[in-house]
Parts: sequence; C-alpha cells; structure tokens
Amino acid sequence: MRPFSYTKARVIEDARQITADESAMAIAGGTNLLDLMKLQVETPHKLADINRIGFDEIKKTADGGLSIGALATNTATAVHPRVRSDYPVLARAILSGATQQLRNKATNGGNLCQRTRCFYFTNIDQPCNKREPGSGCGAIDGIAKLHAVLGASDQCIATYPGDMAVALSALDAQVHIATAGGSERTVPVRDFHCLPGDTPWRDNVLEDGEIITAITLPAPVGGTQIYRKVRERSSYAFALVSIAAIVEMKDGLFSRADLAFGGLAHKPWHDLRIAEALIGQPPTAQTFDKAADILLEIARGYGENDFKIPLARRTLHAVLEHAAEEAA
Amino acid sequence: MTVHFKQDKPEQSNRLDGMKQGVLGKGVSRLEGLAKVTGTAPYAAEYPVEGCAEGVLVTSTITRGEVVGLDKDAVLAMPGVLAVIDDSRLTTRPAQGTANEAPKQGPKTISYWGQPIALVVAETFEQARDAAKHLTVKYREEEGAPVDPQAVETEEKDGTVRQGDLAHAMAEAAHSVDVTFTTRGHASAAMEPHAAIAEWDGDKLTVHASLQMLNYNISELADALGVEEDDVRLISRFVGGGFGSKLGISEEVVAAAIAAKDLARPVRVVMSRQQVFQCIMRRSETTQRLRLAADEDGKLTGFGHHAVVSNLPGEVFAEPVLQSSHFLYSGENRELMLEVARIHRMTAGSVRAPGEAVGMPALEGAMDVLAEKVGIDPVELRLKNIPEQDPEEGLPFSSNKLAECLKQGAEAFGWDSGPRKPRQHQDGEWWVGTGMASAARAHSISEARAKVTLKSDGTALVETDMTDIGTGTYTILAQIAGEMLGLEPNKVLVELGDTRHPRGSGSGGSWGAASTGSAVYVACKAIREDLAARVGVEETALELSQGKTSAGKSLIDLLGGEDIAREGHYEPGDIKDDYTAAGFGAFFAQVRVNRYTGETRVDRMLGAFGFGRVLNHKTARSQCLGGITWSIGVALTEALEFDPRDGHLVNCDLAEYHVPVNRDVPELDVLMVEERDAAASPIQAKGIGELGMCGGAAAIANAIYNASGARIFDYPMTPDHVLKAMPD
Repeated sequence: MRPFSYTKARVIEDARQITADESAMAIAGGTNLLDLMKLQVETPHKLADINRIGFDEIKKTADGGLSIGALATNTATAVHPRVRSDYPVLARAILSGATQQLRNKATNGGNLCQRTRCFYFTNIDQPCNKREPGSGCGAIDGIAKLHAVLGASDQCIATYPGDMAVALSALDAQVHIATAGGSERTVPVRDFHCLPGDTPWRDNVLEDGEIITAITLPAPVGGTQIYRKVRERSSYAFALVSIAAIVEMKDGLFSRADLAFGGLAHKPWHDLRIAEALIGQPPTAQTFDKAADILLEIARGYGENDFKIPLARRTLHAVLEHAAEEAA
Repeated sequence: MTVHFKQDKPEQSNRLDGMKQGVLGKGVSRLEGLAKVTGTAPYAAEYPVEGCAEGVLVTSTITRGEVVGLDKDAVLAMPGVLAVIDDSRLTTRPAQGTANEAPKQGPKTISYWGQPIALVVAETFEQARDAAKHLTVKYREEEGAPVDPQAVETEEKDGTVRQGDLAHAMAEAAHSVDVTFTTRGHASAAMEPHAAIAEWDGDKLTVHASLQMLNYNISELADALGVEEDDVRLISRFVGGGFGSKLGISEEVVAAAIAAKDLARPVRVVMSRQQVFQCIMRRSETTQRLRLAADEDGKLTGFGHHAVVSNLPGEVFAEPVLQSSHFLYSGENRELMLEVARIHRMTAGSVRAPGEAVGMPALEGAMDVLAEKVGIDPVELRLKNIPEQDPEEGLPFSSNKLAECLKQGAEAFGWDSGPRKPRQHQDGEWWVGTGMASAARAHSISEARAKVTLKSDGTALVETDMTDIGTGTYTILAQIAGEMLGLEPNKVLVELGDTRHPRGSGSGGSWGAASTGSAVYVACKAIREDLAARVGVEETALELSQGKTSAGKSLIDLLGGEDIAREGHYEPGDIKDDYTAAGFGAFFAQVRVNRYTGETRVDRMLGAFGFGRVLNHKTARSQCLGGITWSIGVALTEALEFDPRDGHLVNCDLAEYHVPVNRDVPELDVLMVEERDAAASPIQAKGIGELGMCGGAAAIANAIYNASGARIFDYPMTPDHVLKAMPD
C-alpha cells in the first residue's frame, strides 16, 4: 500500500475539494477500494472519507418514487420496507451479492463504482489496459471465464461485477451526482457505466471531484420482479449471468418486460428492443428465443467464456417462463 | 525414562476397551475451543514481540530465468526500510512433506512465476509492502518455459503395475468402460496465512510459525540456515488449518530467520493471501484414464488406471493418484501407471488427501458408468468387487469395512436399489437425482514420541511437539492419557507445538492421531506398570478411574509426593509390511441440477466410514463433515486457473478460488462404523481426516448424471461443463 493522506470530510464540499485532485479518491465502505489499495491496483495519494457527510437517507420523492442515499449501506437498502415491498428486484439483487459482512459495510454509491474482478486488472505484474493504459489486455488469450461477451473491445473484455446496478437498470433508476463545481447532474443508471471501447480505464461517467449523492427510483412499478443470478457456488460468487426482470402479463401476453443483464458486459446490459419484442407476445419458447436473439445479436466469446452465450439464452428462458407464470 | 514400543504384530488385547475411566471415544468438546472462538489462542503472527520488524517477500514476475540485479538502494531510501535481503539461503519453494531437508534452489534461479526472490524488511508492514512492490529486479529471462502439462513429454514414475493382460481382458469383457477424467488443480486454502516471527538470542533461534510437522520442520529450517538443530526452537501451538500446505518449511520461515539474524532484531513475515496461493503448494491437475473390464455379472476381470500429473523439474513429489486404486477392487488383469509432466507452474505438493482426493472421484465415476452398462445397482457392483486381500501385493487387509459402510450407508440414506435411469425426478426447474461412491484412503502411520507425567497432585501432563491443526489433537491426547490413567480429560494438560518437547509425528496424511496417540499410550502404559507395582497387581489388572484405583486408593496417595514421568516412543515396526491398511467408506448424495442453467446444488449427503477406533466421537465427526465439504468443492467449484502463457496462478484469493461456503453445504450425515484395527496402530485407530473427501465428489458427479443425464468427465462440474453434457 502506498502512503496516502486521509481526511474525514464533514460536508460534501470537503469531499469535492479533496477529490477534485486526480490522485485523490473518496472512500465510503471501502470493501472494494481497500482491497485494491493493498494490491496497489489503486494508488490514491489522498483519501476523503465521506462516511460522515450524510446522504444516507432512504426517502420518498415528490413523484412517489424513492430516493436512496448514496451512503446508505447495501444492507439498510435491501431491508428497507419500501424497497422490499415496491422494488423487490432491487432487494433481491443486493442480497444476492457479496456476503452479509460486506453488505453491512458497502454503500450504494460505492457499489455502483465497484471495479471489475478481472484477474489481470487485480494483478499489477500483469498487463491491463484498464489499470495501465497501453500495457495490453491479459485476459484476451488468457483466463477469461468471467469476461464479457457483449460490448467488449480489443482493449478490454472485463465485466462490471455488481448485482445492484443490474436491478437499478431494469428499474430505470437515476443517479444523482454532485459535480465538482457545486451543482448537481442526473444520469440514468443505464448510461452511468461505460463500455470499454478505446478508453477501458473509464468505468463510468464520474469526473474528478464528482460524488454520487443518491439514486432515485421511479414510482412503484409493480409487476412480477425477479432477480436471477447464475453462479458456481450459491453465495459469495460473482454472476456468470444475471437477469433483473420486471414483467407484467395481460390476457396471456407480455404487457411489460423490463430486463437488464449482469455478467455479460462492462456495464449492466439493457436493450430497449428486447421489451419491444416481448410486449404483446405470448410466453412461448419462440418468443423467448426472439428476445434472446436480440440480446445476443452481437455476442462474441473469447474461448473460455463462450458458454455465457448459451447460458444467457437459457437463463432468459427460465426467467421469462417463471415470470410469466407468476404474473399470469 | 523412555519406553520404546515397536509394533510387529497385531494388537489384539483391546486394552483401551478394558480401561475404567470411560472417556475415550466420547464426544468431548475441544479443550482449546473456548480460546479459539474467543480469539485468545495466539496464532503464529500474533505473538507480541517487542521491536519486531516486518518483512514482505518480493516475488518474480517472470516464469524462468535468473535474477541478475536488484536495485536495493532505491528501496533502502524509502521511509522505514531496513533491509533488502537476497541471501543465497532464501528458499523459493516450500519443502515437501517429510522432506527433512531444505529446498536448495536459491533465490537467483527462477522456475515459476510468483516465486520468492528477496525479502524487504521495514519498520512497519505497510512500508515493507510498498517497498517490496517498488523493488526493481533485473532478470535474464529464459523464454518458452513450458507451462501446459498437455504440451510436454511425460516421465513414468516408479511403481507401475502390470499384472496379467489388461488389453485382452478389455477385449474379452462382457462389459467394459474406457473413460478419461480430468481434475483441476486445488489449493489447500487454509484460513491462517503462512506466517513466522523469528528471534535470535546469540546463536539460539526461536521461531513462531504456522507449521504441521515440527519434527521435520526443525531439520528443514536448520538445514536451510546452516545451523545446528539444537540451536533452533520452533513453536506452533495453534495452526489455523494446514491441509498439506504447512507440511514442510516454507519460504517465510527461512526468510524471517535470516532477516532477524542480519538485523539483530525480531522479524515477522506474513504472506499475503495471494502469496499463499502463488508460492506454497498446488495440487496437480490430473488426466486419468480408467479401464474397467467386467464379466456378465459385473465382476471385474480387468482394472486399469493411468494418470498424468505435473510438477516442477526436480520435484520428487507426484500426486499419488493411484494410491487406493491398487487395492480397492479386484480384477486379476491390472495396469496402473503414473506419469509426471515437467512444467513451470508453482510447486505441486500435498493438498488435502493427496492422491485419493482426485483419484477416487475418477475411479468411482468410472464405476458408475460400469454399473449402468452391467445394469446393476452401483452399490451392488462395489460389493461384488471387494477383494479378499490386496489384489496386487497379496497381503491381507488390516481391516476392511467397505461392505459394511456400503450397506449401512445405503440403509441410512434410504438408497433406492431399484433400476436407475436419469431424469426421473423433477422439482420445478430442477432435476433431482442420487449417486454414490466408495471411499478409500491408504492408512499412514509414523514414529512418534510423547512424554507423559503423572503429577504428584493427581493431574497429568502430556508433552510432544505434535501439532493440532484444528483436528482436535489436544483433546484426543488428553482422552487417551485420561483413559489410561483414570482421569477426566480436564485433569490432563496437553502441551503441543514446541520443539522443546519430544518429537511427535506431526500432522499430515491423517496420521497424527494414531501415531502420536500411540506414543501417549505407550508412555501411559509404562506409568501404569509403575503404579501397578506400587499397588501390587499386574498392570493388566490395574483399574483406575476418577483418580483412584478400584480399591479406592487415590493416585495422589500412590504417588506420595513424587511425579512419574515416562517418554513413550512408538515405531510402526514390521507390521507395516504384513498388511494393507486403509480407511474405507461410502458416500451417498442427492443433488439437484437446474435444467436451464446447469447449476448444481447438493440437497443432502451421507458418509459412512470405517477407520478403526474412534477416539472422540465429536471431533471425528467434525473431521468427516470437513472432508465431505471438501468433496463438494472437488465436485462442483474448486479449480486453480493458470495463465496459458506464463503459467501464473490467476485466481489467487478466496473470492475467486471457490471453496464451498455455508450455503453450498447442506445437512450432512456421518455414520461411523466402529471397528478395532489391531494391525493399524497400538491404539487400533486409523486416519480419519482425509477419508471424508476420498471419493465423495464422485457421489455428487454420479448424482448429477442420475438427475440430469449429463455424464461429465471433468471436475469440477461447473455450469459450463454441465450444460455442455446435458442432453436436450
């Protein structure tokens, strides 16, 4: 671990000021950042501890939605009665991630910013364009079982590892960001994470000095809500494929189908065309296949992760079949 | 006074059953349990040592070559840095179990990626870690080091067996199976990382370390340093899991000792989790071809098991995949061969039940294929093929409870012996099915010494350098001494893990309990003889319980203010060559396989085991539960991933190397089939710990097939493998 200065921010202005420096970072739960600092993957010179700046409330918004503080913990969010009753897909997604101990520490804002689990990213003695631009991608032609099959580039095939953001994407949540200049901007969670392209070091749209303050959910969306996570062991494992689904049926046909996918790309994957293809259709294998065809249209495996393509298709079948049964 | 006992013939007297205290075999809770769960039991790195400097190992970033330069000055200028040590005595691999000497490659020669090459010492751990990462190393790299076991020529290990004509038997067989299984590398994955604190007092060295076999480790460390054993003291009172990874002296211990001498102050070296994964031991991956030839009824006529494993050039250890295959089943035409591929991945060595942990899952998977071909119940197939005696050596078994375990296990599990067909039971998205497998693990036993003192106050003290790696050694040794001397276990103080005590057997190969337990037994027997003489009876007639003789005379009175101390020295003796000794058992599993995703979860599992005398029902059962849990890991999740280009281990932490977690482990049942193995050890006990994982993975694999119709030949059976093999 490199030496760094540590400052407890009392108010958000402190945090903004400190983190405006590109070698500074904000730390909240630290469940990801501390690990990466020990490995010297992250080497900030300054840390601004933002645990005491507030932004940890979960409260109703003017339009009947829910504002979830960036500094509320994952656990507090998952057990919140409103989250459980109105946004069960979010509660389930959070509870399927990490372990109880980690969720107790991890915050919602930090969770959105968690970094990839790519083995080459976390080993500083291996090439990684995300960690060290221009050094190459170790995962291409390396061990790439966890890696992306959608939206990857020849620079980076890492995946975004989180679960919570997948549910937020299905819910079309908004991310509220305090900018370095002291104003606020809002970014749909669907646009918050980036694809690697030729800037693989960029995980998301946050600029230096920007801090996430809250995530807002729309007014309760109802429907059957499912979070399905496929993994090798039943706890404390990152998703091979995951699907967040909010589904409604009317007269035996899909009337709503908001789906988002984890484990497939550098961001939670969302494709509006999938809902379009499903709405008005009966829950048949043919319908499911059509949705999967759209999802996987541009899918490409890198050898070890080829299985994710059929696995995503099969998991989509399972989720839609199950959702249709429940929603009927 | 040392009492020597060499076992040359079976111990039929069942002496321990005739004792009156009645504490042996009871489910006594661990005597050190409270200290462990309250965090007051100190582990190696936790001893408070004043003025301790902190060392961090520097590891190589090339696969093969030479270190030609270290830019020490730059690092020495960093805050707090005290030294950069690249002493030629630094070790770069762990010693293999029972090596008794140090690995001598030297830190300049690099033979695998991630190998230790130097130690940076600083005032604080963080300073040392930062400096270690900043040390610029100049290499002369040798390109093209082979890292893929499939891509190199193999060498045959000694011990190939060719009996009769297997090819002919296969050709003539009514039913035959010729299948190839693969298993992946495994890590021991002990919770406590490797750690050592070394301190010199003149020429005398004391090291707190986390080690399994102090009786060997002391010679290994002395050899590494070039000092006399008498000048070395090793202490490992508590070990947070070993699973083979702490059998031999490892790099951090030697480095701490050298640094402490150089700096003339204590030095602590704790490996990071990544270093433990990358520079301790891996279990070799294996490729195993099984050939089984059977007659119409399923009686084996031919048995072939051919395995390819790997290790670094120069390493003697080769995963002993065929260990139990040599004797488990009959079949007069036999061919068993082990080959080693020399590659530049990290050292392969003993990891949790070396050999059978991966050999049995392949063999028992093949047996399931055969049972299906023959069309008989897989339990029946095993029962038909239990040999009368060792089919290769012709030796009798010291004891063999395989048939009892199969029958009693099937009964307790509720095994359906009717015709079996895949995909008969569905529960929502899940196919549900059952599978079974035999368990076998060769019994190991070793020389051991222990000193027992019956104190004048009527308590006893047991002293040996034996370790307790979490298995319950403290407790069972107290029970053995308590049983022999008529004392409750809490009246027996057991001091372990210190080379000042007599040399025990060390913990490894599941031999600790039977070996060191026998040394305690021998010492106690001698003390009883002394007591019997005082009472005026034969030792065999002396009855002791609750600190008194049967006539009501107290031990305190008998002792008359004086201690009686005896050192028991047990040696296995010729009996080792007269019998084939092993633990046997059977596993039964019910699993569910998701028809969409190929995810597999274990619903329930039962293991039935015969491993000689049970010394403590509770700790024995815990050992079995741990073993079965490891079986789940072998079957479903555990796999080391090596980079195909430079051979480095990529998944080197507990988030990415998947051992089973609580939610993966369902209700497990353990059935202990009591027996007395008179030839295995004087106390009639055999090894327990490892047997619980020797074959269990196959019960799960066979259940996956029964549930879903996916016959898979590659462990672990992760969703990608299951989906590939699952019929539509």
